[in-house]
Amino acid sequence: MAAEKTEQDAQAPLRVAGSIPELVADQSSDELKIVMGEFEGPLDLLLHLIRQEQVSIYDIPVARITDEYLRYLKLMQELDIAVAGDFLVMAATLIELKTRMLLPRDPLAKDDEVDDPRRELVDQLLEYQKYKAAAQMLWSKATLERAVFKRAELETDKNNPEVAVGVFDLLKVFQEILARHKEEVLLEIEREEISMAEMLERLRNMVMSAGELNLRSFFERARSRRELVLAFLSVLELVRTTEIRLVQRETFGEITARVA
Amino acid sequence: MSTQSTKLENVEVAENDAEQNAEAQLELTTGIVSPEESDALPHSLANASERAAVIEALIFVADEPLTVKSIADVLKEDRGAIVEAVNQLAEEFNGRNSGLQLREVAGGWQFATRPEYHEHVRAFLKSRPSAKLSLASLETLAVIAYRQPVTVPEILEIRGVQSPSAIKTLLDKRLIVAKGRKEAVGRPMMYGTSKEFLIQFGLKDLSELPSIEDFEDLAGGSGN
Repeated sequence: MAAEKTEQDAQAPLRVAGSIPELVADQSSDELKIVMGEFEGPLDLLLHLIRQEQVSIYDIPVARITDEYLRYLKLMQELDIAVAGDFLVMAATLIELKTRMLLPRDPLAKDDEVDDPRRELVDQLLEYQKYKAAAQMLWSKATLERAVFKRAELETDKNNPEVAVGVFDLLKVFQEILARHKEEVLLEIEREEISMAEMLERLRNMVMSAGELNLRSFFERARSRRELVLAFLSVLELVRTTEIRLVQRETFGEITARVA
Repeated sequence: MSTQSTKLENVEVAENDAEQNAEAQLELTTGIVSPEESDALPHSLANASERAAVIEALIFVADEPLTVKSIADVLKEDRGAIVEAVNQLAEEFNGRNSGLQLREVAGGWQFATRPEYHEHVRAFLKSRPSAKLSLASLETLAVIAYRQPVTVPEILEIRGVQSPSAIKTLLDKRLIVAKGRKEAVGRPMMYGTSKEFLIQFGLKDLSELPSIEDFEDLAGGSGN
């Protein structure tokens, strides 16, 4: 008996709410994970403690259960797990209950008139327990239902409007398209576009053939703003690659491009 | 232009021919009128076995569990006769030990595969089991199913814990629906289960759920 007791005491800091928290290496990372009992709420935790302590739900030893309950909360806090407010509310309720249980009973009241302060909590626990069991039932129903498959949606006119036409509808539409096509007046617009490469080639040719080129006359050939920009860029480019060099004889005078 | 129109006429004639031929053939081989004609005027059913066959066909093509009322409306027959016929059909069908079952769910009739063959079906569909509801969601759903219409504070009272994310999950999965507001302080929203709930949990209707008091014995093991 004594040995058993010490063994329990040795385990005590580890055994919390029936579950033994254990450190598990997370496979996907280097972190360690703590696995402990998980409870849906304070009532769930209380039910577990009552089962663990093997006490009757109708005669809860409030002091003992409260201590266990607070120990669990403490561990949660030590582990830096945010303790939901609902758990704290229950802790306060339990402590209040504990103090009320300590108060001496009214000696004049008859036995059956004494209202058990635990009554409300017990009713709440019993009620919750029913829904917890109902949740289990729903779980098994859903699990079974997941193994049942229904027919996929049929392709009908309703969900596939494209097929809701006959051959004649298609012909009619096709004719309309033909007619519209005829009416269309085609205007061809030439895109006068010259690429950077072409502009470079033009400049290169002009300079090579004449040996030198007046830049003003080169720029004046540009027919659009875009071409002008390209012409300017091509001059810069050929200077950079030292294919041509620019010569200006006097300040603000004409600039001439020459073969480098 | 003139050549085109002649061509069109030709096509039209050919199409008409083809249609008439097909119709004639359909009538010849099966003894039933063409689909279009039957659309306009379904012929009355000759006997009980034909009635059962038509019901079977209707249930097969229906997207959702097909109600007796819908069947009765189409067949222009008495509901009682349909109930009798569909029950008989289900009994016969389910006695066949086939891969399918004819079952009643969410107030209607539906063909579905038998759960025992789910592994093969799943392998074929290359589908994984859909995400399960968390315990918190299931508990919340249980409270809503048994207490509907029920408000969030009432759910909190029973579960002893807030369940905003559970409610959201259940709404997202269309398992619960808002059922108006309660005439109480703050006019809180009331929730109830949906038709989708019946379908996803394979229930005929809410009365098929075991009584909540039945769980007392089950759950109260830790009692006296």
